[in-house]
Amino acid sequence: MTLEVDDLRVYYRTLKGDVQALDGVSFGLRDGEILGLAGESGCGKTTLGKALIRLDGRMKHVGGSVTLDGQVLPIGEDAKMNPYRFKQVSLIPQYSMSAMNPTRKIGRMVRELLESRREKLDLDELHKRLELVELPKDVLGKYPIELSGGMKQRMVMVISTLLNPSLLIADEITSALDVSTQKAVVTTLKGFRDRGFVKSMIFITHDISLTNQLADTIMVMYAGKLAEKAPASTVVNAPKHPYTQLLISSLPEVGVRYADKRLTGIPGNPPSLLKPEPGCRFRARCPLAFEKCAEDPPPVEVEKDHVVACWKAA
Amino acid sequence: MLKLDGVTKVYRIGAFGGQTMTAVDEAGFEIKPGEVVSLIGESGSGKSTIGKMVLRLLPPTSGTISIDGRDVRQIGKRDYYRKVQGVFQDPFSSYNPVFKADRVFTMIREVYFKGVPDKEWTAKIEAALDAVRLSPGAVLNKFPHQLSGGQLQRLLIARALLLDIEYLVADEIISMLDASTRIDVLNLLADLKQRGLGVLFITHDLALGNYISERTVVLHKGRIVEYGPTDAVFEQPEHAYTRKLLASVPQLHTKWEDAS
Repeated sequence: MTLEVDDLRVYYRTLKGDVQALDGVSFGLRDGEILGLAGESGCGKTTLGKALIRLDGRMKHVGGSVTLDGQVLPIGEDAKMNPYRFKQVSLIPQYSMSAMNPTRKIGRMVRELLESRREKLDLDELHKRLELVELPKDVLGKYPIELSGGMKQRMVMVISTLLNPSLLIADEITSALDVSTQKAVVTTLKGFRDRGFVKSMIFITHDISLTNQLADTIMVMYAGKLAEKAPASTVVNAPKHPYTQLLISSLPEVGVRYADKRLTGIPGNPPSLLKPEPGCRFRARCPLAFEKCAEDPPPVEVEKDHVVACWKAA
Repeated sequence: MLKLDGVTKVYRIGAFGGQTMTAVDEAGFEIKPGEVVSLIGESGSGKSTIGKMVLRLLPPTSGTISIDGRDVRQIGKRDYYRKVQGVFQDPFSSYNPVFKADRVFTMIREVYFKGVPDKEWTAKIEAALDAVRLSPGAVLNKFPHQLSGGQLQRLLIARALLLDIEYLVADEIISMLDASTRIDVLNLLADLKQRGLGVLFITHDLALGNYISERTVVLHKGRIVEYGPTDAVFEQPEHAYTRKLLASVPQLHTKWEDAS
């Protein structure tokens, strides 16, 4: 097990009270596993990704623990996390266009970045990795503004994985890209895993079809809780949680003739997480809801590696 | 019929506008009443520029846009906007957060329906809200932040319907919405087309275009590379670019490796 997250709770502090954005999520990640984290806006997927590397000022670590390679990560304490960042846990930010220092040439920026972590720059290794993502060596002598969007994205991917982190978090890195660039980025990420540059990866996206191209396991979240976690093909072909089922059936596809056939959405909105009522958070929108849903459904392993938090599935 | 004929748009770029960039190059296609035409392309392909030219927010450099055979430049803007309206990508920034969301209706009334009595106006709004499947109690008298993205987007469509429009330019209207609500807005467009509305559906998402449209236009670097019935474009693409685009679409039930 590379990563073990146990009952993690992270709340946002607001004037009206705590927003329970991440409320008791547990999962594990094996060596070499890519986990696709999917869900709608406000489901807590970005909060989970951020919690593993840096909590910003509004976020509060309320409970639960994170263990990476046998060490407990001090995720609640900003300064104590510093030795882990970049070396053990690394992040590819969503806005790679503005992630690099615009006042430095890229080569110098990378060197300074490594020096700040007391690491020496291995130029041969860097060149090898640039070649792998099909960037010419001379980008190191250029300023970020001289690169195109896709090139900047690839450069940031190389920098983030330069110290071979155990865990790489990729948060919505493809949402601003065109389909063909998207495919290239996803293929590169897979290559990083296959070559052992990163041990395991969490790929956060709202696009389930894209996640399925890359991830070994897909975890679907709803309103701050885990809804379903299973091998990618199971989530796509035989989901058990009603939310996953409805979500998958509402996706239009290429290569299907629709003519007069209509897909249906999910009526209603996710609940407010300010003071959520106890019980299943999906029950107001769920077609299968019954009395028992007023109690919190625990995540249950219905088959091997297939975890569902629903009374009807268990 | 809304028709574009050899429409070209050249932007001046660089310091002092010394250089030029051709954003749209000799584009020509048509939208009939009661059909959805999707305009598909990657970023920078000129799809939004075409939308803006149809909405007359930008003048074309050359070529003509005509409606029922009449050049749109001969039609006054006030009359033109009773026929053609647009809805844009970001529903959250389309509203002024200081005012209630239904102010978009009041603004229409001030310009186009000054003499209409209150009772008739209320009935008109209710009919428009009914057409976009919103209940008046849920959306009227609310501020934008109290409504969801899907509701805001449908309000904007209702606003366009108040004017009894014939054509709607929908520029990436659902790319900001969640998967579970976006399909409702798409189905709404399908209902409206049955009422005779022509829709120009601009998107970068091929799956959405495939779901909703009768005909598809594929743009690449400002040029139309493929134009035809949706089934033909998606099943027997003729241009290499369309084939490449289709091959990169992530599909739910097939992986890229299996497809190639």
